[in-house]
Amino acid sequence: MRQPGQPFVNWGWIAGHTDDLVTRILNHLVLTGIAIGIGFAISLALSLVIVRYRWTYAPVTWVAGVLYTIPSLALFGLLIPITGFTATTAEIALVSYTLLILIRNTVAGLDGVPADVRDAAVGMGFSPTQVVLKVDLPLALPVIVAGLRVATVTTIGLVTVTALIGMDNLGTFITDGLQRLFVTPILVGAVLSIALAVAADLLLLGAQRLIAPWTRTARAGR
Amino acid sequence: MNDVLDFMGDHRGDVVRRVLEHVQISGVALVVALAVALPVALWMAHTGRGGVLAINASNVGRALPSLAIIAIVFSLPGFGLRKSTVIFALVLLGIPPVLTNAYVAVRGVDRDVVEAARGMGMRGMQILRGVELPLAAPVIMAGVRTAAVQIVATATLGALVASGGLGTFIVDGIAVQDTSSIVTGALLVAVLAILTDLAFGALERAVTPAGLAVAQESAGRGRGRDRAGRGDDVLADQSERVDAR
Repeated sequence: MRQPGQPFVNWGWIAGHTDDLVTRILNHLVLTGIAIGIGFAISLALSLVIVRYRWTYAPVTWVAGVLYTIPSLALFGLLIPITGFTATTAEIALVSYTLLILIRNTVAGLDGVPADVRDAAVGMGFSPTQVVLKVDLPLALPVIVAGLRVATVTTIGLVTVTALIGMDNLGTFITDGLQRLFVTPILVGAVLSIALAVAADLLLLGAQRLIAPWTRTARAGR
Repeated sequence: MNDVLDFMGDHRGDVVRRVLEHVQISGVALVVALAVALPVALWMAHTGRGGVLAINASNVGRALPSLAIIAIVFSLPGFGLRKSTVIFALVLLGIPPVLTNAYVAVRGVDRDVVEAARGMGMRGMQILRGVELPLAAPVIMAGVRTAAVQIVATATLGALVASGGLGTFIVDGIAVQDTSSIVTGALLVAVLAILTDLAFGALERAVTPAGLAVAQESAGRGRGRDRAGRGDDVLADQSERVDAR
């Protein structure tokens, strides 16, 4: 669909827009970071409640599941009458999408803590808070980080869509390009957002392996 | 809310047309994705080749921002502002979950059961159809469900490349600052996505063999096979890939 004579990538244009590039990458990271930070805080709190009161698991994951099923653009659209074309709208939606995976993994991680280890800690005189902080969370960490990894990568992808409601990030290159039928920014935005997601995935995968080197990944074979 | 209902009433024709467009695009993309991914996955699982690719497919697929995929397909020669752009992109997005789930499902069938079938005189295709597929069906269907919901959701973004569908209400609404249009599109596509999830969830239960359903109930694990002991990586993938939502 590019105009005849227009190359796929106009390197001159890229060179002339490095400021935008840097700004948008940073904005992208900030939007992602806020969503993951708030999402993790909420999920951790809910998970601790769930582990204590089992019956809450079903309703909580049901709500998180419904939120996750709603298409991102639709969730933004439903929030716009309430919070407008603002970062708040974007963040409420982005946080909602992290909940399902983070809650599932945090609960699974906490469940995986062996009961005898917890018993031993109580026997040594740990208070309930100390048990959570010094026993449960450290042992649950690998699975929790795995969830954070998935949530982060998904969020990076969803942040690109926020460009449609006015947020300035890598997705803005794509929307600009689509509007002006100019291929270069489209490719810049697309390739960089993919690269960012992949980089985050690999980085967190590395962190996951560092925390738990004994974790045999599915890739290592059966 | 009244404005939204008024809007829907005024644009009844558009609403119907775009719902049908949305379903059509999603349906075509899902069918093509299944036609590509299922045979490949079954072949990989049956012969044991390409396991690494199959298992990682859904990880890679999940990492790719949907808008970026649509944008890249749009930029390729031959695509551009047409329906085929979105359909092609949706097919690409729908293949990974199906591929991974189908592969894991068939590979995960208890070898003892297959041995027993062989001992009873069943061979090759008979085992595949009579034993492996029925046992693998629930997990395969979970993958199809994931792909279906993902496709319906991402089809919304197709409006950006003139594919029609319910996203058009949202995108047009944003352009002219018409909140009623935005909310109309948002509500309709949200309902469509949830209905899709419920429908495929029912299908998933329907293909679960009776014996398997009983075993899963007593194990209290819900749908899908649990592999928590085999590595935390797999658990993270499982939450999205294998478990039914």
